[in-house]
Amino acid sequence: MKNFISLHGRTIALASVLVLLAGLLGYVALRAGPMAPVAVTVISVDSQAIKPALFGIGSVEARFTHKIGPTFAGRIRRVEVQSGDHVAKGQLLGEMDPVDLDDKIGAQEATLRRAEATLLAVEAQVQEVGARKAFAEIQTKRYEQLLVASSVSEEGAEAKRQELQIAQASLAAARANLDASRQELIRVRADRDGLVRQRANLRLISPVDGIVTRRDADPGTTVVAGQAVVEVVEPSSIWVSVRFDQQRAQGLSAKLPAQIVLRSRAGELLSGQVLRIEPHADAVTEEILAKVAFTQIPQVLPPIGELAEVTVALAAQKSMPVVPNASVQRVDGRLGVWVVEDGSLRFAPIKTGATDLDGRVQILQGLSGGEQIVVFSFKALDANSRIKVVDRIVGKSS
Amino acid sequence: MISLAGRDILHAWGKFVLTGIGLGLLIGVTLTMAGVYRGMVDDANVLLDNSGADLWVVQKDTQGPYAESSSLYDDTYRSILGISGVARVANVTYLTMQVSQIGDGKARDVRAMVVGIPPDGAGHPGQPGYLVEGRRLTRGHFEAVADIASGFALGDRIRIRRNEYTVVGLTRRMVSSGGDPMVFIPLKDAQEAQFLKDNDAIRAQRARTAQSPALNRPGVPGLLDAVIASQSTNTSVNAVLVQIEPGTDPEAVAEPIRRWKHLSVYTRMQMQSILIEKLIATAAKQIAMFLVILAIVSAAIVAFIIYTLTMGKIREIAVLKLIGTTNRTIAGMILQQAVALGLIGFVVGKVAATFWAPVFPKYVLLEPGDAVRGFVVVIVICVLASVLAIRAALKVDPAEAIGG
Repeated sequence: MKNFISLHGRTIALASVLVLLAGLLGYVALRAGPMAPVAVTVISVDSQAIKPALFGIGSVEARFTHKIGPTFAGRIRRVEVQSGDHVAKGQLLGEMDPVDLDDKIGAQEATLRRAEATLLAVEAQVQEVGARKAFAEIQTKRYEQLLVASSVSEEGAEAKRQELQIAQASLAAARANLDASRQELIRVRADRDGLVRQRANLRLISPVDGIVTRRDADPGTTVVAGQAVVEVVEPSSIWVSVRFDQQRAQGLSAKLPAQIVLRSRAGELLSGQVLRIEPHADAVTEEILAKVAFTQIPQVLPPIGELAEVTVALAAQKSMPVVPNASVQRVDGRLGVWVVEDGSLRFAPIKTGATDLDGRVQILQGLSGGEQIVVFSFKALDANSRIKVVDRIVGKSS
Repeated sequence: MISLAGRDILHAWGKFVLTGIGLGLLIGVTLTMAGVYRGMVDDANVLLDNSGADLWVVQKDTQGPYAESSSLYDDTYRSILGISGVARVANVTYLTMQVSQIGDGKARDVRAMVVGIPPDGAGHPGQPGYLVEGRRLTRGHFEAVADIASGFALGDRIRIRRNEYTVVGLTRRMVSSGGDPMVFIPLKDAQEAQFLKDNDAIRAQRARTAQSPALNRPGVPGLLDAVIASQSTNTSVNAVLVQIEPGTDPEAVAEPIRRWKHLSVYTRMQMQSILIEKLIATAAKQIAMFLVILAIVSAAIVAFIIYTLTMGKIREIAVLKLIGTTNRTIAGMILQQAVALGLIGFVVGKVAATFWAPVFPKYVLLEPGDAVRGFVVVIVICVLASVLAIRAALKVDPAEAIGG
């Protein structure tokens, strides 16, 4: 009898072990094998008015960059400013070495003074000749009267007339000489002025009120004509030159509001506005170029060339069914979503419209709203998949 | 009728069950090893599945982009798009590298395959087929979709080269042929990441260029800037993924691209053979070899266990013979016990393998087919082993029950 009970107990123990094993096998077969249901999350399609936006990156640039350098090749004598300096319009930034220009100007000054002296001499000559002529006129008049009274000979009167004619001719010559001397003075003065201008041209002057952004060459450096020595920008003219992927730039136009995030100031949103879309796109990188201006220039000026992220908000779309882009899949070459109907799956082909940056996609065709669709799935689905709806997939152990 | 085998098992059921469990763990290891092998092959296959491509267009005479490096200009896709039968194309870059997570207390490195894809949205080649959390890429820069095997979570910040990316979506089973998790980033960023050196190297390169008298001529302002700018751009991609129109023969689309565009094109079948027969061949053979040895060793151990179990009961069998039990009954008892042991072993092994498989760092694929094959093999081995034991049992002299 005792033996029987112990036999009975052993049977129960063995049976319980076997049942446990069978149970585990069943669990493994149903939960981990191909027969296991696929965990999915579902969402109900509803109508929303999405606000599409465009995202692009660009760099901070100045609208006007003044590259200031000499117009002739030469050597730099001095550069007065450092990059970062504020400069006023008309301020001297630097100067080129004039080489012999100052000596040439000295020579011209001397020539000018000589011409002025010559002019004075010629003027004196005119006066002298004028005096002689006046005397000759009086003499001639007196001899004419004396001739009428027969007090002088005809020959004496002729001689006085001739003296008058000579005096008149001398005066004309002296006057012509005076004119020539005046013209010469003008020429010499113009020559000197030209040299002075050339000399002034060697001074590098800021054309605007602005900030020196570059100092490319130092005193003693030889630069060619047109090479920049100093670069000046106007702080008020900075903007962001943004590049948008052509494929996603639909709806981009001027005057749209934009948000700018500078790489050095992540988290700080600066407001801006699309100023213009460039008529030329970048054919190599397949991007559209646009300029976005700051609504208010930042107090601390961002460095030229800093990377900026720009988000341009487009006009809100009208309300229509939207789905998360994670739910959209391509099955057998057709784009669509998995619709859950009575616990089973049906693939619904769709036509998609605009999308926003949060990943919502407009459905133009294929869904009417209210359907339950699969958003996330533990593995790829097909029409025969058994599904189990869960709240979230990540964080589950299976 | 009394089951002799059942009675005998009940007699020492603890010993029997423990032997079965021990056997089961051994079978579990064998099944797991088969799973490791299947997992390797599956990693290669999902790489192809996940790319969503029907054709891979790569640099001429290379077997890229997975098995060899391949480099194409990124505008090559334009001419491919014009080939008849091509439905969709996408540029793609692949780069296996260390991706570091940043953030307080989260800093760590993950080896990952960084995939650059155009953020075209769902259904385009190169796009992950399904997600488990988050959303797909929508911005053209600085977003990432990562595989959960990387351990990243939504909202994590990761650094690839010099840029930081926000993880916006998570995928599952998106791995390289080596099992590294994939991290999808926008193509333009990936091109930069693939090319971009660290800042020190860039500065050194600039200085090197500036020192070259040919590239930094005194009389040509702007030449140096132009040369440096041309040195720091990258317009290459590793492959162009092509989806063809439904019902089109892939080879018919591939041939004109090969012939007229002077590029190499691989169909799904060819790419699969490159991956499985070339890329992972040695590693897979290594595992397969080990699997074969493990299976033989397991079979031997199972046979020995059953043989020893029977030999341990040789005196009882002699008694049975003495009291006139037929040979058939004795043979039946041994066979039934062996098969029962095999059954317990298989169940324990299967359960154990299933529970520990997810813990493995790389994917372990336990195929039902392998389980069925394993089951059949276990039963066959048990039967064969019991034949040995039965022969020994039937030869026993009934006199031994009384003697020694």
